[in-house]
Amino acid sequence: MLGPVNDFHLAQVNVGRIIAPLGSPQLADFVAHLPEINALADQAPGFVWRMVDDGGADSTGLRPKDDDDLFLINCSVWESVEALQDYTYRSAHLKVLARRREWFERLADFHHALWWVPAGHRPGVDEAMDRIALIRSTGEGPGAFTFRAPHPPPTGSPTT
Amino acid sequence: MSSSEDCDLDALVVLGDPVRRGLYRHVTGTPGEVGRDAAAEAAGISRSLAAFHLDKLVEAGLLEVCFRRLSGRSGPGAGRPSKMYRRAEGERAVSVPPRSYDTVSRLLAEVVERAGLDGELQAAAKAAWEAEGGAADSGADPVEALRERGYEPFWDGGTLRLNNCPFHALADQFPALVCGMNLAGIKGLLEGLPEGRSWRAAMDPLPRGCCVSLEVTEDI
Repeated sequence: MLGPVNDFHLAQVNVGRIIAPLGSPQLADFVAHLPEINALADQAPGFVWRMVDDGGADSTGLRPKDDDDLFLINCSVWESVEALQDYTYRSAHLKVLARRREWFERLADFHHALWWVPAGHRPGVDEAMDRIALIRSTGEGPGAFTFRAPHPPPTGSPTT
Repeated sequence: MSSSEDCDLDALVVLGDPVRRGLYRHVTGTPGEVGRDAAAEAAGISRSLAAFHLDKLVEAGLLEVCFRRLSGRSGPGAGRPSKMYRRAEGERAVSVPPRSYDTVSRLLAEVVERAGLDGELQAAAKAAWEAEGGAADSGADPVEALRERGYEPFWDGGTLRLNNCPFHALADQFPALVCGMNLAGIKGLLEGLPEGRSWRAAMDPLPRGCCVSLEVTEDI
């Protein structure tokens, strides 16, 4: 018999401003690591989906802020908080995470948000940016939280 | 003294017995779980004496028990599962007089993280450990240097893995910051140790333990 299927999945958004254009020597190492790190996500237990640009390989072509060519977004969906946590902190992904300040500017405000979506839902750039706006305006809560204080998935079946 | 301190002290007093301490070190320094026979052999004592001391360590909350069939078979006829021991979750610390370095380290990490000083922290760790490695008088062997620092190194084929993260609680809260610092520190240590130059450290996390693994390289 199959185990219970979760009605909700965990969505994640991260935004950041790179210190120089993607084609610059400063970002070369970051760009070089992307295929490996994305392939690792795609094969990770509990991975559901990740946002990609028109190129289809990653989301570095997306510009959520029209006027800022250095502002990047990454967004993905996972089966659980634990699955995303294991990929983020207990896989080779950690090695790029530990080098974040070599490539990304420090952001004083929240640059990361987690929220629950009905299984099958794929968040768009606007929805993801709304979650960043939400956590920045009201702090951590059920609608936008972080690993520090995860919220449980909603009970019952999704309404959408 | 608070009741939680009494509780920690009661647990740690159990390690006062040298035989028990030896068993504890053997179990915690071994990746995975350890059975009674292996523990008895490592400590050079009888199986029943090992069982007695291991169960005292469980009672004190320092080890935990799980049952596993060593034969790898299951179902009827597979035999009784063996009692296995591994390190219990949780940390024990007692300080006299009372000290709260953990409170300070959390606050400092928070501020360093917010200030985006990852690079500065990594540089400081590398320099500090390189100096320590260079000054080490107890030997130049990287495995021993890592053991002394609480990493509990063990060989996994040609790769040296580290069974314990000495910064566990802080790394859990600030993984990018603390694991980056740790890797830089280990790289510094290797550069400082006379025998460390041919070693290479890299981030290679397993489900438990330190996220760094090491290898000896031929090309120096």
